[in-house]
Amino acid sequence: MTTRFSCHIEKIARNHPVTELLDKRLVFVTGKGGVGKTTVAVALGLRAAAEGKRTIVCEVSAQENASRIFEHAEVGFHEVEMAENLWSISIDPDESMREYVLLQLKVRAARDMLFRSRIFNYLAAATPGLKELVTIGKIWELTQPDRKVKKGRKYDLVIVDAPATGHGIGFLQTPRTFAAIARVGPIHSQAQQLDRLITDQKHTGVAIVALPEEMPVNESAALEHDLRDEVGVAVDRVYMNGLYPERFSPQEAERLAELAEGENGAVRSAARAAVSEHNRARSQRAQLARLRRRVEAPVKTLPFLFEPELGVEAAEQLARRLG
Amino acid sequence: MPHVGEILEHKDICICAGSGGVGKTTTSAAIAAGMAASGLRVCVLTIDPAKRLADSLGLKELGNDARQVDPALFERHGIEMRGELWAMMLDAKATFDELVARQAPDEEARDRVLGNRIYQQISNALAGSQEYMAMEKLFELHTEGRFDLLVLDTPPTRNALDFLDAPRRLTQFIEGRSLSVFMRPTGLAAKVAGRGASVALSVFKRIVGFDLLADLAEFFNAFSGMVDGFQARAKRVNSLLADQHTCFLVVCGPQGEPIDEAVYFHRKLVEAKLPFGGVIVNKVHYPAERLRGDGADLEATLAEKLGDGDLAGRLAGNFADYQALAERDARNIEHLASELRTKGVIRVPYLDEDVHDIAGLAEVNRYLFANTEQREAIAAGRA
Repeated sequence: MTTRFSCHIEKIARNHPVTELLDKRLVFVTGKGGVGKTTVAVALGLRAAAEGKRTIVCEVSAQENASRIFEHAEVGFHEVEMAENLWSISIDPDESMREYVLLQLKVRAARDMLFRSRIFNYLAAATPGLKELVTIGKIWELTQPDRKVKKGRKYDLVIVDAPATGHGIGFLQTPRTFAAIARVGPIHSQAQQLDRLITDQKHTGVAIVALPEEMPVNESAALEHDLRDEVGVAVDRVYMNGLYPERFSPQEAERLAELAEGENGAVRSAARAAVSEHNRARSQRAQLARLRRRVEAPVKTLPFLFEPELGVEAAEQLARRLG
Repeated sequence: MPHVGEILEHKDICICAGSGGVGKTTTSAAIAAGMAASGLRVCVLTIDPAKRLADSLGLKELGNDARQVDPALFERHGIEMRGELWAMMLDAKATFDELVARQAPDEEARDRVLGNRIYQQISNALAGSQEYMAMEKLFELHTEGRFDLLVLDTPPTRNALDFLDAPRRLTQFIEGRSLSVFMRPTGLAAKVAGRGASVALSVFKRIVGFDLLADLAEFFNAFSGMVDGFQARAKRVNSLLADQHTCFLVVCGPQGEPIDEAVYFHRKLVEAKLPFGGVIVNKVHYPAERLRGDGADLEATLAEKLGDGDLAGRLAGNFADYQALAERDARNIEHLASELRTKGVIRVPYLDEDVHDIAGLAEVNRYLFANTEQREAIAAGRA
């Protein structure tokens, strides 16, 4: 099963140059809720995997959307192979914390004792941003060529399906904020290291996913601005997702509108559906133009897929269309 | 099946809940506008950082105070505004500060909390604090009694349930006073808490640094006088949410994932004994008349009528794509209705123009406030 997915794209990958985004070691995929971040993250993963890169797609806050696309059982805090060269993990902050503390203490028994302590758990929960910090810490760990965790695989590329906007900025900002509140100690320098990872333009990329509608366009522009000004990160790509095809010319649409008036039944419905689609496609093109005017990063388009549910085939189709 | 106006009859509070990207903000604004048009004094609250509500109501910006939407805007679109529509964008930080000021025994205690670095982080960023402040503001406005109806657009959390849990999580968090004794720098820790606790503390200190620990200790000390006040208030907020004059509307989209989340959310509402009012599915592809016969028949008929085989082919292809989406939506909504044991699923079709202004809200309201007869007309493609 797994080979089928990747073989399909391999040919396309060979015929089209690799996007520079996938040459990075770490890519964050962000955007407002419901715009298809996970699908785009998985498509990027499939594309990179087809190009021969060992790739892992990370979900955060214990989400399981990527495994859902592959119709795979929940993966949890495990690196599970989804297709050739493509793995997936759902980063749970509590598990990341356990792993982090173990790496610090080096002794499992000491770690377990610590986690049984009410005070420790309380403090860990009470420290603002600690959960996000250990999540990003885990992402950092996945990017390392020489991994400290047992049986840690080496990846060429780590793709993160980041939290939705609003929370998204806060997520990428965590290391910086944390370095400021913990002024000294190991966590201070580790937080600084994570901030350097996030702002390392050479190795770390950010892609925003948008939809061709008024508010998602506004939000994407605001997100790019905030990422630049508040996190110090330049956005590499904005993917305009879900773009309708332009199937009918304005003249044809006019003709079909007339047809809808004079007819009944299926003919009328078909004509109406065509007019609706024409209107939407047109308003989407206007939004695409607005997005291009308002963001600095290159805008790439992805087609709307007329599929009842977006599964791995859909992600594969998008993988072929990624610019 | 009741429409939104009937569901909200005799209600003081309407809470729109659902996952991100399903049109919650637009739905909240449309509901508030519709109820205001019918003669009520309505305020819609959002904490959406993207100012979407302001955009859609034609307001330049929204502050932590309610602002009235100019009724002339509605009249321009042929809507008679018999009541008043107000809108507010919640500033979670300002609300938290006000709450601290209200609960603090004196100015010194207030300033100690407001100046604490941990507090500053929490009031901005702690998961749940935005949600809790939304509830808090709702409670405050309800107590003031200036409005007939409050419509809350819940925060765009990835997990739609976070906000239900927020008051409990926050009060649990603030209850840290019992721990503050262990963290005094000179420390009774070793004596009082025994070896386990002191080891835990020292490891924690090693990881996060002494500074942060001291800030946490200071935070809990500063808050210690206010815990009871916070708890009492959270309790009242919770009973307001469960009140029979409160109504939760679940908002979702027609795809599999949002539908599953809506089902899950409804179950949680029932478990928490919170008043569920109904479910609204946005962006539904309406099945116009079902495709009769097979695709080739239709294409042939169209080709004949249009005298253009190529156009007919594209037309039929487009229609088949739409039918597939419409059938998926119908299937998903049927599943939703059976899971919720309700027939009362309100559908808003996928409109040709995307909704971001008053005209769009008015268009949405044709569906939210449609009576049975109007709904049938819409479903049959007559309206």
